[in-house]
Amino acid sequence: MTTAAEDVAARRAGAAGVGLMLPGTLYLVAFFVIPVFALLATSLYVPVPGGDVGQFMPALQWQNYATALAEFWPQLLRSFWFALLATAGALAVGYPIAYLVAVRCRGRPLLQGMLLVLVVAPFFTSFVLRTIAWKQILADDGYVVQALHWLHVLPPDGRLTATSFAVVVSLTHNFVPFMALPIYASLERLDPRLVEAGGDLYAGPWTTFRTVTLPLSMPGVVSGTLLTFIPAAGDYVSASLLGNSTNTAMIGQVIDTRFFRLLDYPTAASLSVVLMVAIAVLVGLYVRRTGTEDLL
Amino acid sequence: MSAPQTTESLELWGVRKEFGAFTAVESLDLTVPEGSFFALLGPSGCGKTTTLRMVAGLEQPTSGTISIGGRDVTGTAAFRRPVNTVFQSYALFPHMTVLDNVTFGLRRKRVPDARAKARAGLETVQLGHLADRRPNQLSGGQQQRVALARALVNSPSVLLLDEPLGALDLALRREMQLELKRIQAEAGITFVHVTHDQEEAMTMADTVAVMNEGRVEQMGPPAELYELPSTAFVANFLGRSNLVTGTVLDTGEVLGVDVAGTRLQVPAGRVSTGVSGVALRQAQDPPVETGAVVQLGVRPEKVRILLNGGEPTPGSNVLGPGKVTDVSFTGVSTQYQVDLGDLGLHDVFAQNSSGAPTVRVGDAVRLAWDVDRTFGLAGEPAGSGQ
Amino acid sequence: MTRPVTRPVARPAIRPVTAPLSRRLTGALIPVYCALAFVFLLAPSVYTVLYSFNDGGRRNLVWQGFTLDNWRNPCGAPQVCESFANSLQVGLLSTLFATTLGTLIAIALVRYRFRGRALANVLIFLPMSTPEVVLGAALLSQFLTLQLQLGFWTVVLAHVMFNISFVVVAVKARVQSMDPRLEEAAADLYASPWQAFWKVTFPLLVPGIVAAAALAFSLSFDDFIITNFNSGSFTTFPKFVYVSAARGIPAQANVIGTAMFVAALVVVIGAQVVAALRRRALRMVVGGIVAPKTGA
Repeated sequence: MTTAAEDVAARRAGAAGVGLMLPGTLYLVAFFVIPVFALLATSLYVPVPGGDVGQFMPALQWQNYATALAEFWPQLLRSFWFALLATAGALAVGYPIAYLVAVRCRGRPLLQGMLLVLVVAPFFTSFVLRTIAWKQILADDGYVVQALHWLHVLPPDGRLTATSFAVVVSLTHNFVPFMALPIYASLERLDPRLVEAGGDLYAGPWTTFRTVTLPLSMPGVVSGTLLTFIPAAGDYVSASLLGNSTNTAMIGQVIDTRFFRLLDYPTAASLSVVLMVAIAVLVGLYVRRTGTEDLL
Repeated sequence: MSAPQTTESLELWGVRKEFGAFTAVESLDLTVPEGSFFALLGPSGCGKTTTLRMVAGLEQPTSGTISIGGRDVTGTAAFRRPVNTVFQSYALFPHMTVLDNVTFGLRRKRVPDARAKARAGLETVQLGHLADRRPNQLSGGQQQRVALARALVNSPSVLLLDEPLGALDLALRREMQLELKRIQAEAGITFVHVTHDQEEAMTMADTVAVMNEGRVEQMGPPAELYELPSTAFVANFLGRSNLVTGTVLDTGEVLGVDVAGTRLQVPAGRVSTGVSGVALRQAQDPPVETGAVVQLGVRPEKVRILLNGGEPTPGSNVLGPGKVTDVSFTGVSTQYQVDLGDLGLHDVFAQNSSGAPTVRVGDAVRLAWDVDRTFGLAGEPAGSGQ
Repeated sequence: MTRPVTRPVARPAIRPVTAPLSRRLTGALIPVYCALAFVFLLAPSVYTVLYSFNDGGRRNLVWQGFTLDNWRNPCGAPQVCESFANSLQVGLLSTLFATTLGTLIAIALVRYRFRGRALANVLIFLPMSTPEVVLGAALLSQFLTLQLQLGFWTVVLAHVMFNISFVVVAVKARVQSMDPRLEEAAADLYASPWQAFWKVTFPLLVPGIVAAAALAFSLSFDDFIITNFNSGSFTTFPKFVYVSAARGIPAQANVIGTAMFVAALVVVIGAQVVAALRRRALRMVVGGIVAPKTGA
């Protein structure tokens, strides 16, 4: 297939391909590449001397980064920490689901389809509405908190709203489908005979899973974790709707506030750049580490 | 000949497998003695792979018992059975090197020196130099050898081969057939080989069981199955046969049979009563009576063409005349198709020992063959097989 | 020489075979775990649906009793329907543009070889691997620099931008699974390249394009963060919900959310059932009993 595709492609005139690429590429250059440079430029602006709040002029004020990081490194770190927790949580919820649908329900396409519908069904509710629903579910007089009180898991005055826990639960929930679907795709491609071969070669179910199924589903796990970690690190809807103002703030909230409330564009822009670069570095290391560069 | 029940023989008693309303295997009884090369031969969907998978523990029988070396393993999980499989399309672990693939089972069994043993196993299939490659960097034939080494290195009581040569080209398949035979002889392990290729089964196995629609139709050494098929299905699945239907005229050492007005003969000992596919022509088989309907058959290579009133040798059955409708020259032999009118089309294979064929399409001919080479199948034609 | 024989009379009783209890218990572990996971996944959606029947008035956070009033008058609260209509317009327009541009890129990337292809791949990948805050902040920097009036069109421009990459990925998979020899066959049968595309390639791509468009629409419809950065005073549905969260979300928002949820569910389940019926019809055409997948 691939070689045939390449054969045909090689014989085609490159010009037509460039023609097809051009409109979309130009669009991305205009509304992605150039804006990123605009963001970089903005991050180096200085206030207009004697100007109003929100008035800046172009400069190369690298100092902006140091100031921004000195003030907001806790929120930045917390964003990555919450994103990491949410990724782990989404993996814990999403992998078994993907396994159930792809492996246990193999050969029953209707059942698989219906279960996949259930996996993506949360997407059919607006993401902000879902986050607010968590507020209701985890409310002080809600069933969950009452049950936890009764079990003495939570002290009598303990609550879940306005805690890091609520933020992470909501983040986790939001990204389970992003985690489960790529894992499902790689488990679906897994040849069941390989699992049988594991059993045939004296590996018990758990050993077979560890030595055969899991390694072969790693591409799905890697894309799932990336699809979860990256947006989770930049998210601030969960943190602002379910957190409190002191110890749950994430970097997205800061960027949002700097831009809109304080009209402090250089700080907001420099924090955005830092977030982007940090994620690029982390993702690069992760992908190198898991040996799945070809995914990119 | 000693008693067939040896220490590590594989035995299936009343094994039955249903998938919903579909019965894949019907009440199967089999004993495979230790050290034999056993082939399960049949068309796709006949239940042979299901049987193999039940022995491997990959499929649970609906009822029945499977035992290996006298131990009941029916409820035993696949990973606890002393059985290894060479899977169709090999099922090599793509994320492991060749050596890791071969080491896999040894490591699970916590065999000491697993790596060294795996290397030795790779050497026996002449792949020691490829130990560090990944499976997808190997050719089909090499993958096949790795799969074989991965299974054999565990010294299982029974080695199962599920159409292991199906994906190889003809020349390679021939080579691997001989190699498998050699390895089996050297290792002395029981091989159960599933295939739909009758030539492969006959080349390799010392015992062949022909399966059809979930049952064993006949079982025995290849030559016996070929010479004395006991059902029409076997007669046509294992090579080709010319079959005609007639009525028994007289009984005795040799039966006389009326076939469309011609009297043909068949030795009584070569008539199968078709009761059980397995142990035929035993004293307890009901004798064939006068007036019974039987089918007579003969293999195409045993038939001679009589041209221009040529005379048959004494002790021959003769049919015809008919008309030659096709002549195919295949090098070693020439295959003729002869239309005998109401008796249908018959095949004749003639060795080209004296040069090019002389019979041509349209020639009027008769067909003759030795009475002693005729076989009989009691009962009406079932319609299966043809 | 050894020869198999039929067994003599003494044979063990033929008994039905059942799996041992322990294996059945461990087998049930994953389905039970997954059932709990699905409860977690669907709980917020269920809450959203439930609270569309809440007699909560303008502060729909605590259960006040069942009512159908919200459903009788879904536009009863100010801005609910207006923001919903805005979201629909933005969604449809951005889907149209993004699907067109993205499909062209996908075809070019799979079927043509040209210089800069690798660079183009990176350009497609980057927006997906950048957190939304950064995308939003970058675009805002650009719009601020250009002194563009924020509103409907800036939101559409932003949505097209982040949707192109997703469309490319979705359509690319479809193009890759297509045999390029089909086009050669069409050419062999006297079709011009233009005819070959419209008569052969495009019809085969339609399912992929439809799936990509559905994805793009749902991403656009549900987007909050990027919209929030680039909308000025223009309000989409998620933005309306987020902004009103502080002072209480009208129950009508849940009505709209529920309606969307049900509509999406009906479409997706319908598609699954149609696919299942088609499979069954196919099986009947192929004829008789299809041997089970494990059959010989």
